Amino acid sequence: MANVHIPTQMRQLCGGQELVKIPGKTVRELIEELEHRFPGVKNYLLDGNDLRPSIAVWVDGELAPAGLLETVGPESEVHFMPAIGGG
Amino acid sequence: MRKVAVQTTLNGEPVEFLCEPRQSLLEVLRDVLNLTGTKEGCLTGDCGACSVLFDGRVVCSCLVLGVEAQGAQIQTVEGLAHGNELSVLQRKFLEHAALQCGICTPGFLIAAKALLDHNLNPSESEVRYALAGNLCRCTGYDKIVRAVMDAAKEMREREAYG
Amino acid sequence: MGSHTTESSFRVIGTRPIRHDGVEKVTGRAKYGADYYVAGMLHGKVLRSPHAHARIKSIDFSRALALPGVKAVVTGKDLPEGENKTVPLGEMTVNPRYLGQNILARDKVLYYGHAVAAVAAISPHIAEQALELIEVDYEVLPPVLSVEQAMAEGAPILHPDLRNEELGDVPTNVAKHVVLTRGDVEAGFREAHFIVEREFRTSMVHQGYIEPHNALAIYNADGKATIYCSTQGPFEVRGMSAAVLGLPVGSIKVVPAEIGGGFGGKTTVYLEPLALLLAMKTGQPVKMVMTRSEVLRATGPTSGSLIRVKMGCTKEGKITAAKIWMAYEAGAFPGSPVGAATMTVLAPYAIPNVQIDGYDVVVNKPKTAAYRAPGATNAAFAAETVIDELAELCGIDPLDIRILNGAREGTPHPAGPPYRRIGFIETCEAIKASEHYRSNLEGPNRGRGVASGFWFNAGMQSAAVVNIHLDGTASVVTGSPDIGGTRAACAMIAAEVLGLNVEDVRPVVTDTDSIGHTDVTGGSRVTFATGMAVFRAAEDALAQLKERAAKLWECKVEEVEFRDGKFYCKTNNATPLSVSELAKRLPRLGGPVTGRATVNARGVGPSFATCCIDVEVDPETGRVQILRCTVAQDAGRAIHPAYVEGQMQGGTAQGIGWALNEEYIYDSDGHLMNSTLLDYRMPTCPDLPMIETIIVEVPNPGHPLGVRGVGEVSIVPPPAAIANAVYRAVGVRMTELPMSPARLWKAIAQKESTRSGLGRAQHG
Ligand code: FES
Ligand code: FES
Repeated sequence: MANVHIPTQMRQLCGGQELVKIPGKTVRELIEELEHRFPGVKNYLLDGNDLRPSIAVWVDGELAPAGLLETVGPESEVHFMPAIGGG
Repeated sequence: MRKVAVQTTLNGEPVEFLCEPRQSLLEVLRDVLNLTGTKEGCLTGDCGACSVLFDGRVVCSCLVLGVEAQGAQIQTVEGLAHGNELSVLQRKFLEHAALQCGICTPGFLIAAKALLDHNLNPSESEVRYALAGNLCRCTGYDKIVRAVMDAAKEMREREAYG
Repeated sequence: MGSHTTESSFRVIGTRPIRHDGVEKVTGRAKYGADYYVAGMLHGKVLRSPHAHARIKSIDFSRALALPGVKAVVTGKDLPEGENKTVPLGEMTVNPRYLGQNILARDKVLYYGHAVAAVAAISPHIAEQALELIEVDYEVLPPVLSVEQAMAEGAPILHPDLRNEELGDVPTNVAKHVVLTRGDVEAGFREAHFIVEREFRTSMVHQGYIEPHNALAIYNADGKATIYCSTQGPFEVRGMSAAVLGLPVGSIKVVPAEIGGGFGGKTTVYLEPLALLLAMKTGQPVKMVMTRSEVLRATGPTSGSLIRVKMGCTKEGKITAAKIWMAYEAGAFPGSPVGAATMTVLAPYAIPNVQIDGYDVVVNKPKTAAYRAPGATNAAFAAETVIDELAELCGIDPLDIRILNGAREGTPHPAGPPYRRIGFIETCEAIKASEHYRSNLEGPNRGRGVASGFWFNAGMQSAAVVNIHLDGTASVVTGSPDIGGTRAACAMIAAEVLGLNVEDVRPVVTDTDSIGHTDVTGGSRVTFATGMAVFRAAEDALAQLKERAAKLWECKVEEVEFRDGKFYCKTNNATPLSVSELAKRLPRLGGPVTGRATVNARGVGPSFATCCIDVEVDPETGRVQILRCTVAQDAGRAIHPAYVEGQMQGGTAQGIGWALNEEYIYDSDGHLMNSTLLDYRMPTCPDLPMIETIIVEVPNPGHPLGVRGVGEVSIVPPPAAIANAVYRAVGVRMTELPMSPARLWKAIAQKESTRSGLGRAQHG
């Protein structure tokens, strides 16, 4: 079960929970499962078939360049964070 | 607009060019004579990227008209090296990593040369004031000042020991 | 990771060779964007709005077009409208409609200097004359010039179609609201013994690169285009120009010229699509170069901001809660760095209870662009000043409060996951141990301040090719424009892996057709990510060379060993060969060797900096003199220490300029009053002392050589460090940037008058 940390503004969709344990082998599977439990999550995180450009997913402390395709382990920590740009 | 013929000495060589009376010396160097080593940063005399030596004095070539070069001695960054041998200042800029993007470098080399031409033993603050008309946004000036001081030192030693 | 990368055996990394592009840059031979000239080239110029906010009723350019020598005039109507949708494009996200409208206004102008039309003519002077003949009929609208104004009820609306998720279907100037929370912030304040609450303001500031924007576009009859320009991101220029003009990406080739500074401001497009549009219209090459006033009015700046900070700590200095509200000016179109600001503002600290609200607000000022650690400097100015005040209340050393609360390996970032190995505490310890910090600062009106900063750094995509030449030299080809010595760093990495002299490795920065997609030179990512690609490409070349040696020696490739620059055969007595000896034989061993690698880099390591600044304030004039300045920064591993120092010094100098002098000054109608480098005052040589550097090396576990990005974080601490120093010098807390002489003088005068009771007398 991966630990999915729910960003503040998504918590109202998730019954106020900050942390949800969900099964899944990829970020995409986690989001499908989240959506199943908390309808509306998908629309919050995704634009069509990909993550919204304003959102970045971090897996195990690291920005995950593969996005939805990123694989997650059974103990993985998954964070959704605002995307950032540098100068 | 009618063009004017101007005779000048550029990096030691006699040069004749045609320019419009409204063209600046910077435009003439870059657009007419293809000497693009002299850079444009502001056109208002505030950045020093366009610095050249005009009869031995540093000027902003963006504030000088091309026609004013008549009969003058002009020196640009392209004239600093002797053939394939870099000048001491150029070498010191490289050794001290005194450039990052390098757009300000030609202007700094010219301003520093003007200083060292008459003062081979400048203090740090004399160097800083001699370079006050040149903006560098990349380096914080630290390594530029060190390069100029070190060039002065080497040139002093060279003078002392021949 | 190969054994040749262990620290003890570094041969090239950590040395200070002369950069490969250096000679061209000190002799004036290096070609920057404005140095390109081609036969038959036209010159383009832009007509800009004299109003901050107005509707364009009509544009009549018939007289301009009739001027002899004028070849084309274009307006916003010549650009496709573009999709109103945020799409990812390399490092940044782009809204093609907004991007297009920023390049040429469509129905409205949204800031003073907004491009309205562009002209191509046979000389720049004629193009300028033509601009004067274009007649634009404007309906002037009231401008919105601050975040408070923009967020107020009934504020004039910049974009009637702009919506934000929270408000629903209501027109607004707030493009976005970001919230980060952890723990229970009110409970945290109840645990606090001291609480400080303050409001901070900062003005827009410009990146201030010395080279103005430029572009030369060539369009051929077969529909293929080439753009030469100075940019941090040739692939972004290609993608954005294609998006704005509705062209296929593959029809454009971008050739990156040398670049005269960028600092984030050259990660987007202004002139490139315009020059191409004019080239398409005329069938001739078109060159465009901005004036400085255009650069200041219509490119860059980074956000001005309004930030409220409330922070509490125990008697011992343990921070228990922080509540931060921040609104950033995006400029005319959405997209300020407020998201990054919310994530950086408390990043150096372990704080259990946090609430951060960030607002992205559009105003009638130029669209902001990235600027070195975007968003972080404004935020750190606020937070690091409050932390200084808490330290004072607790009676502890300002570095000690940072160390006490500082983030370490395993500390969760306020918005997310725990840190891996980081070097924040080490930067504080380095300053604490420095001769500077231990020295006494004496004399009236003098003070010392410290502050820290954080920046994420970026990974993203890079490609690299390493070619082994027949004489045993090599070339390293990348797509990362070199702004501050990254060619040298790439060559050094390849030389290290291949056992070559760094002088024998020639680094090349090539165009968008000649290398795989490479994201911007920005986010401090080149030495990290492109460096990682170079490292792997060199390893790939090395593996191929081993195969060739095995072929020559008729042994198995596993039997070939590479050490100290030579190939050995472990199983027979073949004479060891150097790379150059083996390279000579390549024609008979299968032909040339080309190593290649691409990355979408993982393992980004964030960077921290801590800065100590001594100032002297002249109470008569309010002028601040920087007496001494030392910065400590974690570089992970410094590949070329001189250029790492250069980044630290340059960023610090920009931070000092931001602290003391730089600001966009607008009149009440929204006209920028200081669009020259005389009035937009950046630090000059006599304004600064030497900037002392301490490179801290806490290797980044995510990079084969331990590299962290070094380009950005040094700009973050100086404004707060200077504000803290000014407080110690004259006893006033400055909460507005810049701390210009007038502002500081006023603050000192106010303090004096309150102290002497005059303040009350005057008001009573
Ligand atoms: S271009 Fe002449 S001083 Fe700036
Ligand atoms: S090196 Fe870039 S401006 Fe000086």
